[in-house]
Amino acid sequence: MPLPNMDDLDAVLSSRHSPDAYEAIRKAKIGIAGLGGLGSNAAAMLARAGISRLTIADLDVVDLGNINRQHYYLEQVGIAKVNATEELLRKINPYIKVEKHCMRLTPGNIPDVFMGCNVVCEAFDVPSEKAMLINTLLEKCSGIKVVSGSGMAGFGRSNDIRTEKLFADLYICGDGIDMEGAEGGLMSPRVNICAGHMANAVISLLIKGDI
Amino acid sequence: MKVNGKILESYMPMTVEGLVLGAGYMLDRVAVELNGRIVPRSEYPRILLKDDDSVEIVGFVGGG
Repeated sequence: MPLPNMDDLDAVLSSRHSPDAYEAIRKAKIGIAGLGGLGSNAAAMLARAGISRLTIADLDVVDLGNINRQHYYLEQVGIAKVNATEELLRKINPYIKVEKHCMRLTPGNIPDVFMGCNVVCEAFDVPSEKAMLINTLLEKCSGIKVVSGSGMAGFGRSNDIRTEKLFADLYICGDGIDMEGAEGGLMSPRVNICAGHMANAVISLLIKGDI
Repeated sequence: MKVNGKILESYMPMTVEGLVLGAGYMLDRVAVELNGRIVPRSEYPRILLKDDDSVEIVGFVGGG
């Protein structure tokens, strides 16, 4: 089928979500730091929900070991994750604006990378990197809300994954249990549950300002 | 003072750093909010906590 034009896509989302809700989603800019299991899946959900401006950041290329849980396909192995993610997001919305940063995020560059975002999803995997990103955003980027994923390894215990508001501008999704302590390692269903919590928190923050 | 919603009696002066370490967290894996405001990490050793302070500590775990 030929690509729909942007007005057709807008009309579909507006009628499904209600015009007010879709307007809040459509005009937002969302950042995603880390495009692993949480970030790649959350990006796809947000694009489907109508987010049309995304800033994505990741240093890595897609690896064969990522396919078990991350939103990539075998033919993308070896491609930079920012490019692989953009490619998939364009299949959902060809008009989406994606700002790509294939770099290591540091306290020095984080404010510039995520400037103008309403909400940033913290989707790193190493605890000290998560803390660095969150501290930098909350210290230096006043007005940006942060949604973080913390604890999603293993299987079962779906209902242990929760979304909580912990600080004025910080929301945490997960079960709080380190991957080292979880039987089974990181698996797609539970990682997706957590990514779903994160994307859902973003949408809720945009539409009603809270979770 | 209040730490993560619970009352903590402290009889000795304590810094944010002392509280974080004493509660079993690693300094490079946390974020701390003091009375509703984020505490810059460089301030952890310098800020002395008071009786009427309210502190939230969040520790981050691996996986993503």
